[in-house]
Amino acid sequence: MYEGVVQDLIDELGRLPGIGPKSAQRIAFHLLATDPADIGRLQDVLGKVREGVQFCEICGNVSEQEKCRICRDSRRDTSLLCVVEEPKDVLAVERTREFRGRYHVLGGSLDPLSGVGPDQLRMRELLARLGAEEVSEVIIATDPNTEGEATATYLVRMLRDFPGLRVTRLASGLPMGGDLEFADELTLGRALSGRRAL
Amino acid sequence: MSLYRDTGVVLRAHKLGEADRIITLLTRRHGKVRAVAKGVRRTTSRFGARLEPFGHVDAQFYTGRTLDVITQVETVDAFALPIVGDYQRYTAASAITETADRLTLDEGEPALRLYLLVTGALRALAEGGRDPSLVLDAFFLRAMAFAGWAPAITECARCGEPGPHRSFSVQSGGAQCGRCRSAGAVHPPAEVFLLLEALLHGDWPVAEATTQAVRRDVSGLVAAHLQWHLERQLRSLPFVERRARESPIAHQLGSDGTSTDPEVPGATQGTRERGVTHDATAT
Repeated sequence: MYEGVVQDLIDELGRLPGIGPKSAQRIAFHLLATDPADIGRLQDVLGKVREGVQFCEICGNVSEQEKCRICRDSRRDTSLLCVVEEPKDVLAVERTREFRGRYHVLGGSLDPLSGVGPDQLRMRELLARLGAEEVSEVIIATDPNTEGEATATYLVRMLRDFPGLRVTRLASGLPMGGDLEFADELTLGRALSGRRAL
Repeated sequence: MSLYRDTGVVLRAHKLGEADRIITLLTRRHGKVRAVAKGVRRTTSRFGARLEPFGHVDAQFYTGRTLDVITQVETVDAFALPIVGDYQRYTAASAITETADRLTLDEGEPALRLYLLVTGALRALAEGGRDPSLVLDAFFLRAMAFAGWAPAITECARCGEPGPHRSFSVQSGGAQCGRCRSAGAVHPPAEVFLLLEALLHGDWPVAEATTQAVRRDVSGLVAAHLQWHLERQLRSLPFVERRARESPIAHQLGSDGTSTDPEVPGATQGTRERGVTHDATAT
């Protein structure tokens, strides 16, 4: 145990996700040896992040204003809507530079074991958007795991009767750079059923 | 390094660090095992989707200091794929795995009967031939029998007098005769007792010949009985979709003052109507 504020700093850092006691100690001593100007910048950012960051009133993405940068951008294709679980998934899709539509962030996935049902996610907001906006295609981009697949199933059931709406799901299959013999049955099965002509 | 191998069902998966997961399995010979799957969240992981919830796998572990580590996995049955394709089956499977997790408190304690029950129930849900609601209630009843809490159906729970009886009391542990009937007891139709008996003993022709109203009543009683004995609410049960409206018996149990203890939720849990408000809005 260290004295006073140094131990407090280690304890606080240790509460962050993925930071164990050793890592917390290493970061704390790194901060003690850092230039005061760098510490000042970190303090400023930490102060601003609580006050300055909010969620976009349209899509639910993190934003510094009422509407996020993507929802404000008039060059975006308003007929395409990509539904994702978390704000970090927006960034992942944006990095592909393949998608020019807009997003809807659900805020998680359906997970009864953690007490998350449809009412805990932004599903009502999605329906409201589909009723108010001219959306022709909803792309479901939830995670390809059990909870994400169940969320996609629920969304398909919810949206299939929407008039004039096309509902699609991200393709899933074999990752590039892998070996076929190590592919699990579920992934390989998906890759086979989703095969396409060349 | 001590290695062992066992078949098991994945009950839960928790994120750990950057790319790992802690997997909770119910195994055939070692009971409940919590083990680390390293790098499983990476797209290039050799485990792939094998360690997703509801997966029935053959795994190799090595014994760690606190948690064991999974080194190899092969799929025995890929239950997850058909189950997640139907939201009703997914919610029922979630309730099954949560109940199995709750009923096995001690890790490493063999629970072969419960393991067979869980794999049987998940197989029935994956095959899709039976009503998921009936499969779930049959699992609950048999899992309670495994735990020693099977409700008395054909005899009085208090004095043991042979039935058939007309009253059912969750707090007393099942059917009650006229003399032993307690204040909070409900009076379901005779078909409810027949369905309870059929589900407990796997008499599917009888179970599947019942009406939706009788199934609703049974679901309410079974959910109340399970949660009374677990002494805690199952988190997944309020999300389980049933095919029709809430059971009138469930309302009786929730409103007669006998099941209002917050630690012992009433039978209304787990009787959610299929087709929730979002669907209604959408159509």
